[in-house]
Amino acid sequence: MAQIELKNVQKFFGPVQVIKDMNLTINDGEFVVMLGQSGCGKTTTLRAIAGLETVTSGEIFIDGVAVHEKKAADRDIAFVFQSFSLYPHMNVYENIAFPLRAVGMSNAERDKAVKEVAEILQITALLDRRPSALAGGDMQRVAIGRALVRRPKALLMDEPIGALDAKLREEMRSEIKRLHISRGSTSVYVTHDQIEAMSLADRIVIMHDGLLQQIGAPDEVYLKPANLFVAEFVGSPVMNVADVVLETSGGQTRVRLGRGDAGFHFPAGLTNHLRETGAGIALGIRPEAVSLQHDAKDGYIPVETTNIEPLGSHDIVDIRLGDISLRARTESGFVSGEGQQVWVKIDPAQAHFFDRSSGLALRGQS
Amino acid sequence: MAGIRTRQEVFFNRAAIAGVMVALFIMLVPIYWITSTAFKPRNLATTIPPTVIFTPEISPFVKLFTKRSQLRDPVSQEIYDAAPWWEQMVFDGGQKVVRSNKGVVRRSGYGQRFVNSLIIAITSTFLAVSMGTLTAYGFSRFKVKGEDDWMFFILSTRMLPPVVVAIPMFLMYRLVGLHDTHIGLIILYTAFNLSFSVWLMKGFIDEIPREYEEAALVDGYTRMQAFFKIVLPEAMTGIAATAVFCFITAWNEYAFALIMTNRRAQTAPPFIPSQIGSGLPDWTVIAAGTFLFLLPVAIFTFLLRNHLLRGMSFGAIRK
Ligand SMILES: Nc1ncnc2c1ncn2[C@@H]1O[C@H](COP(=O)(O)OP(=O)(O)O)[C@@H](O)[C@H]1O
Ligand SMILES: [Mg+2]
Repeated sequence: MAQIELKNVQKFFGPVQVIKDMNLTINDGEFVVMLGQSGCGKTTTLRAIAGLETVTSGEIFIDGVAVHEKKAADRDIAFVFQSFSLYPHMNVYENIAFPLRAVGMSNAERDKAVKEVAEILQITALLDRRPSALAGGDMQRVAIGRALVRRPKALLMDEPIGALDAKLREEMRSEIKRLHISRGSTSVYVTHDQIEAMSLADRIVIMHDGLLQQIGAPDEVYLKPANLFVAEFVGSPVMNVADVVLETSGGQTRVRLGRGDAGFHFPAGLTNHLRETGAGIALGIRPEAVSLQHDAKDGYIPVETTNIEPLGSHDIVDIRLGDISLRARTESGFVSGEGQQVWVKIDPAQAHFFDRSSGLALRGQS
Repeated sequence: MAGIRTRQEVFFNRAAIAGVMVALFIMLVPIYWITSTAFKPRNLATTIPPTVIFTPEISPFVKLFTKRSQLRDPVSQEIYDAAPWWEQMVFDGGQKVVRSNKGVVRRSGYGQRFVNSLIIAITSTFLAVSMGTLTAYGFSRFKVKGEDDWMFFILSTRMLPPVVVAIPMFLMYRLVGLHDTHIGLIILYTAFNLSFSVWLMKGFIDEIPREYEEAALVDGYTRMQAFFKIVLPEAMTGIAATAVFCFITAWNEYAFALIMTNRRAQTAPPFIPSQIGSGLPDWTVIAAGTFLFLLPVAIFTFLLRNHLLRGMSFGAIRK
């Protein structure tokens, strides 16, 4: 088990910069998930850590030892590929035993290690099979078994369950979590699926265009997004974002959305830190912080519903407020159809403000 | 699918089977012809119409492996009685055997030529396939400057008909003493097959996902080990297909063998026609030599048939 550290890592493919000045420390025993859209450089980062890709500049340390010049074989790290990459000409047993054959080890020891891993992953019955005769979930179990059998310093997984169907994905997700807890191995897990990221991670690393956007625990990136990208990327349905104008008078601030006159009242304490920067301020508000009422109430603004998405456990209701559209989360069946008049209010405590030009979150002292 | 087939499907199915039968017939007739002629008595070899039913005999093979010349007078009874059965068989055919110090019969060169063919074809195939595989792996996995140009250059060595360079090659070979040597022909056939081998193997290796090797690399293996333990077994199909093609090319090669060799290193192809004999041509001997010559390729291909079948459909089937 080990600590992994990336210092000012940059990676170019020809003229294209895929990793931009990456600084990241992954603690011993931690489960870190790298989350980002496809093409943002997650795989490249992971491959750089494993030694399958050289870095253009910067340093990588494992347990304090610089490894960026070392070959993959000398880094003592295991990698689970998105495509599983089980060797087709070997059966399951041989696949799992293969990493152990690289190091001198007695047959008995090797056999014991393979059987033990197979036991943990519940694939003992499959040891004689060829990979081509396995179901998707079992292939993944074998791939993870092959990675774990050697007890590597760290386990790197590149979208390991992305190729499975939804039900299996959920099952494997909890299995990976269980395995991590029982083995305590330092793990770096790459995915573009935020639910996977949220459910597995001790810390999430959010990447965009080769740039690190935010590092934090799942609730932290959800509740305190560092910038507009993270705010809009994390959470489903997507956070509402609208340009706002602030008008302060007395102890109250009126937050006007879009070009309409209507505004919401915020306690001044929540908006004191906001300064006009020229490019304007954007308000981010998650659908669950937008509340709807059937009747006029203090602080609520009348709006019209434009679309309803019934999702079973709850509904997502689109409303039109002046020239902007907001999505609200309501209990199912709360609004019966489109074109209805309802009253809306947003929860100031759950509102996020961002600088439009830099995209950075504007946050008070609290 | 055990469903009901439409009339149209049944028709096409039958038509396809008929087509295959016709093609098979056309391809098998020459092989049958050679094989039957190899076992015919000499007087039945050239009858019109061809004799189909006859008592097979092995005298053509005996003649193939012995040196003989035309007999003017019948052989004397004592010599005939003292001779072993195969010699008597040759005498029965109206031929006498060249005498030598060792005995009455001298062995012909066919056995030695056949062994030469085996040595040269197998060695050059092994060299062409192994060098081709390594080269293809390099081109497939590493960034090579001017890769396309190099690949084209490799292919271009096959663009000239080989016979065009035969005379200069002959002169050079004589100069450096490679004329009529096994090594000489092995180098020639290896060089000739190499471009083909590189191109074919590159196609196969490109299809093997890099992740297999990368998995081995992170698991503590060197690239060389990964190549031998992972890439090579995965490329077996391609290697088998390439080997069969290279072997057939080297085995059948005639022009260079005729020009570059005359005795020691001569292969079977230029030797067989020289056995046609003096006077009336003896086609049974030619047929016997050709029949034996067909066997190694048939056996080799048969042994590798499973790999070949997969090799032929390689890349055509996507999971
Ligand atoms: N070997 C390569 N050569 C050139 N470009 C590459 C190579 N590998 C990846 N890229 C590019 O780098 C970017 C990031 O890729 P990747 O790390 O695979 O993203 P992710 O895993 O986040 O989807 C992509 O635009 C991709 O096209
Ligand atoms: Mg990827």
